[in-house]
Amino acid sequence: MTLMQKFLGAAATMALTAGIAAADPAIIFDLGGKFDKSFNEAAFAGATRWAEETGGSFREIELTSEAQREQALRRFAEGGFNPVVMTGFSFASVLDAVAPDYPDTKFAVIDVNWLDQPNVRGVGFAEQEGSYLVGIAAAMASKSGTVSFIGGMDVPLIQAFACGYVQGVKSVNPDLVVIQNMTGTTPAAWNDPVKGGELTKAQIGQGSDVVYAAAGGTGVGVLQTAADENILSIGVDSNQNHLFPGKVLTSMMKRVDNAVYEAFTQGVDMETGNFTMNVANGGVDYALDDNNAEIFTAEIKTAVDAAKAAISDGSISVHDYRADNTCPVK
Amino acid sequence: MDKMPKWADVVLIPLISLCLALIVSGFVVLAIGEDPIRAISIMVNGALSSTNKIGYTLYYATNYMFTGLAVAVAFHARMFNIGGEGQAAISGVGVAVVLLAFDWPHWTIALPFAILGGGLFGAIWAAIPAYLQARRDSHIVITTIMFNYIAAAMMGFLLNGILKNPNSQVAESVNFPAGAHLPTIHEMLAPLGIGFSKSAPANVSFLLALFCAWLVWFLLWRTRLGYAIRAFGHSPHAASYAGISAFKITMIAMIISGALAGMLSINVVMGEQERLIQFFVEGAGFVGIAVALMGRNHPIGIILAALLFGMLAQGGFELQFEYPEISKEMVLVIQGTIILFTGALDYMVRKPVEKIFARLREGQS
Repeated sequence: MTLMQKFLGAAATMALTAGIAAADPAIIFDLGGKFDKSFNEAAFAGATRWAEETGGSFREIELTSEAQREQALRRFAEGGFNPVVMTGFSFASVLDAVAPDYPDTKFAVIDVNWLDQPNVRGVGFAEQEGSYLVGIAAAMASKSGTVSFIGGMDVPLIQAFACGYVQGVKSVNPDLVVIQNMTGTTPAAWNDPVKGGELTKAQIGQGSDVVYAAAGGTGVGVLQTAADENILSIGVDSNQNHLFPGKVLTSMMKRVDNAVYEAFTQGVDMETGNFTMNVANGGVDYALDDNNAEIFTAEIKTAVDAAKAAISDGSISVHDYRADNTCPVK
Repeated sequence: MDKMPKWADVVLIPLISLCLALIVSGFVVLAIGEDPIRAISIMVNGALSSTNKIGYTLYYATNYMFTGLAVAVAFHARMFNIGGEGQAAISGVGVAVVLLAFDWPHWTIALPFAILGGGLFGAIWAAIPAYLQARRDSHIVITTIMFNYIAAAMMGFLLNGILKNPNSQVAESVNFPAGAHLPTIHEMLAPLGIGFSKSAPANVSFLLALFCAWLVWFLLWRTRLGYAIRAFGHSPHAASYAGISAFKITMIAMIISGALAGMLSINVVMGEQERLIQFFVEGAGFVGIAVALMGRNHPIGIILAALLFGMLAQGGFELQFEYPEISKEMVLVIQGTIILFTGALDYMVRKPVEKIFARLREGQS
């Protein structure tokens, strides 16, 4: 292989010209990829909004392997980027180990709010509260008395969505039936619209007339099938009402974009510590716009807003599946 | 018989293929309006220009060596083991169970048991499709692919269940005891006074991979069993006429193959992550097929091919990092082109080169 080594050596001597500006923020997208139409994309939207409003620039990278988590964190920290934002709970262990090595760099991590490091900002979401709200809407919009849920991959986070949803449905009428399905057990479950559609059809066969999808890219297939079969659907993460106007009852919005925007805006002076984005501070919410104004009736709005107020002031407490890995209702 | 000298076969043809691949990828980069020379130089620099980068390159290469060897051993017995992905995943469970069972005092004691645990689990996962092939004639390609999915589901079940770290939201096990920590290349070279990046994940498993490569060579070309495996691979009927049991060879070749794929978890689970995570194989099982193809199923070829694929993995990351205009998908196109040219389109280069050598020889005689 001497020839090859010579060739590679010659190429290696070429100088690198990539300029690195100091103190720009950086964002690391998880393995799902930047354009997942869901979680990572919302984070990207928040970063882009910050760049457009301030005229600033940021660096980004999409990971392709687990070993790259630490690598990307160290590269950004050593490159002088500050703050470094990352999306997804899979960063928790790595960040916990790497953060002390770079005391002058601030890190922000979405979906993690249990780390205890002086330079880490953890932002978690109370997905169960937002799911509770759309559960109420689903229960009130249903005529058949059966509603359903389609999750992506079977992980505690998605169970928390499901559990909050069921609690919301049962709060309206404990006799309503909620059918639950998970798309799969591998990450492919986040991006399998065909299977999402099949599950939706099966649930319609069992009588469901409102389906809530918390399944990333799979959800697009769920919403599509629901629209084709003329039942209502509920979107997730971003406002998906516009995908099928008049067919999407509402969307459970998880404002990942706001969390990223906020971290970028605070910049090097970012406040650290653990934060939970919930109904009370607008971190999770339901979506109401022109696309669903007709189906999201005033009656539903009144009930959902009442629940929203009750959750905000603490008079309703929605059980979080992740607290004890069980759900009090089925 | 010899159409061209050995060095042309081993060095010249892969090199020409690599250059062709770089030229084609260069045009693709040019087509999206970026600078191909800069892109390629970042990739090469990114794989080799510092001990940190070399450490990552070797780390990936170690994985590819294990899975490449696994594919090659099965291939010599004329079986296409597509299940490296699942065998490696399940072997991670074996490694984790062994390492979590005791508070290991030192890695030298933990490593042999982890190798046994990982190898055993990987071998079991390969033995089931092998049995189905040998006794029931269920095609090994189909069953090993299906076993990848079963393995993925099983990992999800175990890591969200009994193996889950109760203090974590993530599907992962608790950390292994500190005594099970494998020395990284940094720790191995430090006593010799050689500086090596501290954060690079390459560890002693790299040596294990080289040893496995030697072992595979010794097994296939220096033992009776290896001869039987190769004889069976060349002609199952002739082999059975010679008294070689098809059942035995199928089982043994697949068990060795599964155990080799299982060594990947020594590198990743024990060496780098130091806990069991759900998706640690990350396609290395499939890359192993390309590595074995490119390395022509010979251990030396596999080592070299694995190093190239390791460079592609690490260089691709650096390219994405240093050259943000080139997206993750673009990096995949470049990597894919190189795999296509060096692995699948080998014949395209081989024929003309053979002709050139034939003409040269005619000219001489």
